[in-house]
Amino acid sequence: MAETKTSVKQFTDLERVTIRFAGDSGDGIQISGSQFTMATARMGNDLSTLPDYPAEIRAPAGTLPGVSSFQISFSENPILTPGDQPDVLVIMNPAALRVHLKDLVEGGIIIANSNAFVTANLKKAGYEANPLEDGALTAYRVVALPITELNARALADSGITKRDIDRCKNFYALGVVYWMYDRDLQPTVEWLEDKFKKRPEIAAANVKALRTGYNYADTTEIFTSHFRVAKADLEPGEYRNITGTEATALGLVAAARLANTPLFYGSYPITPASGVLEELAAMKAYDVRTFQAEDEIAAVCSAIGASFAGNIGVTGTSGPGLALKSEAIGLAVMTELPLVIFDAQRAGPSTGLPTKTEQGDFLLAYGGRHGESPLAIVAPISPSDCFNMAMEAVRLAVRHMTPVIILCDGYLVNGAEPWKLPDVDTLPRIEIRHDTGEEEFHPYRRDPETLVRPWVVPGMPGKEHRIGGLEKADVTGNVSYDPENHEKMVHLRAEKINRIARDIPALEVEGPREGDILVLGWGSTYGAISSACRDLRREDVRVSNAQLRYLHPLPSNLGSVLSRFKVILMPELNMGQLRMVLSAQFKAHFVGLNKIQGQPFKIHEVRAKIEEILETGIHIKS
Amino acid sequence: MTPTTMAGPKLEQQSLTRQDFISDQEVRWCPGCGDYAILAQVQKVMPELGIPREKIVFVSGIGCSSRFPYYMNTYGFHSIHGRAPAIATGVKCANPDLQVWIVTGDGDGLSIGGNHMLHTLRRNLDVKILLFNNRIYGLTKGQTSPTSEHGKKTKSTPYGSLENPINPVSFAIAAEATFVARAVATETKHLAEVIERAARHKGTAFVEIYQNCNIFNDGTFEEVSAREVKSDRLVLMEHGKPLVFGKQSDKAIRMRHLHMEVGPANAADNGSQVVVHDEKSADTTLAYMLGNMRWPAYPEAIGVFRAIEKPTYDEMLMDQIKHAQGGKGPGNLRDLIYSGERWKIN
Repeated sequence: MAETKTSVKQFTDLERVTIRFAGDSGDGIQISGSQFTMATARMGNDLSTLPDYPAEIRAPAGTLPGVSSFQISFSENPILTPGDQPDVLVIMNPAALRVHLKDLVEGGIIIANSNAFVTANLKKAGYEANPLEDGALTAYRVVALPITELNARALADSGITKRDIDRCKNFYALGVVYWMYDRDLQPTVEWLEDKFKKRPEIAAANVKALRTGYNYADTTEIFTSHFRVAKADLEPGEYRNITGTEATALGLVAAARLANTPLFYGSYPITPASGVLEELAAMKAYDVRTFQAEDEIAAVCSAIGASFAGNIGVTGTSGPGLALKSEAIGLAVMTELPLVIFDAQRAGPSTGLPTKTEQGDFLLAYGGRHGESPLAIVAPISPSDCFNMAMEAVRLAVRHMTPVIILCDGYLVNGAEPWKLPDVDTLPRIEIRHDTGEEEFHPYRRDPETLVRPWVVPGMPGKEHRIGGLEKADVTGNVSYDPENHEKMVHLRAEKINRIARDIPALEVEGPREGDILVLGWGSTYGAISSACRDLRREDVRVSNAQLRYLHPLPSNLGSVLSRFKVILMPELNMGQLRMVLSAQFKAHFVGLNKIQGQPFKIHEVRAKIEEILETGIHIKS
Repeated sequence: MTPTTMAGPKLEQQSLTRQDFISDQEVRWCPGCGDYAILAQVQKVMPELGIPREKIVFVSGIGCSSRFPYYMNTYGFHSIHGRAPAIATGVKCANPDLQVWIVTGDGDGLSIGGNHMLHTLRRNLDVKILLFNNRIYGLTKGQTSPTSEHGKKTKSTPYGSLENPINPVSFAIAAEATFVARAVATETKHLAEVIERAARHKGTAFVEIYQNCNIFNDGTFEEVSAREVKSDRLVLMEHGKPLVFGKQSDKAIRMRHLHMEVGPANAADNGSQVVVHDEKSADTTLAYMLGNMRWPAYPEAIGVFRAIEKPTYDEMLMDQIKHAQGGKGPGNLRDLIYSGERWKIN
């Protein structure tokens, strides 16, 4: 067949492609995915990625719970989600096929390692017969390759052990995919050479596997042509691929450096928030102090103590940990200290689905403390936006002397997208005013404009004072049991938070500024909502969307935005928590779209709901 | 008393007096509470340390003892139940220049806050912990505490407590705290000496103070600390000296095989020897045995059980940061953001 091949590359042009790699958690799936991501970024496509790990670290090989996957979507147009459905499945065993086949688009491509489809593995995956051979996959285009065997043959004389040879097979498969999409091998070759610097024979074997896989696809003509996705029209600049975890850590450090103040991060390991602790622990050179506390309560308390002593005090956790921190967050509300609480929400209640995403902590963040204890809440809308909102959380915390909760989630922390690196010199400085300048110092004397008390820290002579959880007398901060004073202080603390609304940007609407329907989301649902609305507008459907990044206080123009639409569709990955709060505050016709499956919204799910509302017209007329 | 170590926060000569450490807040403990004596001794010791007031922070949790920071004219943080060690950890890591004190009680420090206490002790964070032990919950009006005696009748245990009490000193020694001591609130001179030694210790200093709650558990330590009996029922530990006690100093703690026993101070005995106190032993066995001595089987030991030097948590944290910065100060933000695999779009 090789003889008939022309030397000129043949291409089929595509607008957008979504590929999912899946196999055992020991199959190197995440590495394959991240290498393909880098190669794709260098081709100039816009992209978005999402790994999916099992909750078990290494479930038994070949079983359904042991399947790990990585999805990438790339396009010539701007994209905001890792794709609804994969067009291509690269699967390393029958279990991976069993788990992921239901998501594959009709007519999609399956690249399977046929060597893994042996009786034992088929049984573990619940197949009675081999689906690659029994006609079960006729609706798809199946490319069954004996990858284990081909890889072993290619590396027969590599001098490494049989086991090590077998571990190269993911790069063999990756080579095939690189040929399909015409990716440059060089960055991956360099990455392998660097990664296995100390074991050059392993590096060489993996490189050979990659090249052999590529050449195999080239010479056997499994596909008659390469698939081509044109370069996206991205803003010029320097980029890196970034996860929400990395962006959060960078945002916190950037804010602390811009405030010229050390960052203290106290945290207890919890999925999916631990990554931020790990990132920051490696950033000690940037005046970062990390403390792995004995429990969630100690983590938040240490951050409060650090804030009291003048550091930027931050703690990070997920839902169960946020619940445990509630009492201490109340202390930070009462003592009016800056504190940032990063919450990577996961599906609950209790241990729930620890590796899956959800927006179930809104009400906990909003009101999950005893007494009247308002605080600020922000929510990043994409992996790279985690950088902005981490900086915002620090800015609001120190400027308004309040705890600020960042409602992130499992989808954002693990998801990744290209991030255009900011010009560091133009990032706004964060001003910290410790010194009140007044002659007679009172710890609870407030700025008349913002109602903020001074941040005076130990070490400042002549201003020794005591704070604590007991109610404070207005101005002096002395312990007070006076009933009228308590009511006054409750109102002051609430009003202080309300006035943050003057310090945050207005809500922006994408699409027409008024109309029948506004899709209003918050946090991580932005990608699916915005994509669905953009697609519909391109088809001349009149629909608008807006995404809240500030949940408390709300942007001051929210009321007027809501009043310009007949229906407010609110997709939330919960049972309608924010909708409940907004319904109590605004006269508008709210309709919920709620999903509680541990998975993000798909674009088509949002689109279908919008179409349903527009077609039936029920909500619009009523 | 000669301090074993003079390290710790930089001592500056300042002419502060006891009066300078008294805040303008009215002290609100019950009249006759043992806490008054402890407050008085702390306020007396403070000027001796020569540390400016603004560099001293008292952190507490919840309970009668935890009102302590309000009465000290230093920086203070009255936090939430059991969490003082965690708050103090943040304070000390944020600014290791500060001298940080934790004031807690038997319920606050060993029940709701037991986990934080354990981990603070093992980390050897440079903080001073004063645990006021009155074997009762006072502020909540008289329930059993983790140091209440087995069988103790309290409001929450009208038929007697079913629990075995924890011994605070044993707890601290088991966590390998670098400084562990015990004092009695009514023995004011000795209490002041112990507080001063704790203050000058570099690392976690843990002091259990027997303290009377005259409302809900009056006389709980009378059996050993009453004026008439104390010389026979308390043994004062001093480094390098034999553990001799009694009105006539005629009794001693002797070691027979692996057991302590009470015997004559000056008699040769085949098989047992008078124990000579060694607070600097890296091994915790002797300190643990002494801490466990309980009347009436033994006199109860007061003084310093253990005082050893080890690197502190905060010092090692700062060393890591300094090392990571390679003497060049905090790294450049641009270098951090512009790291990892990058590409350009033109």
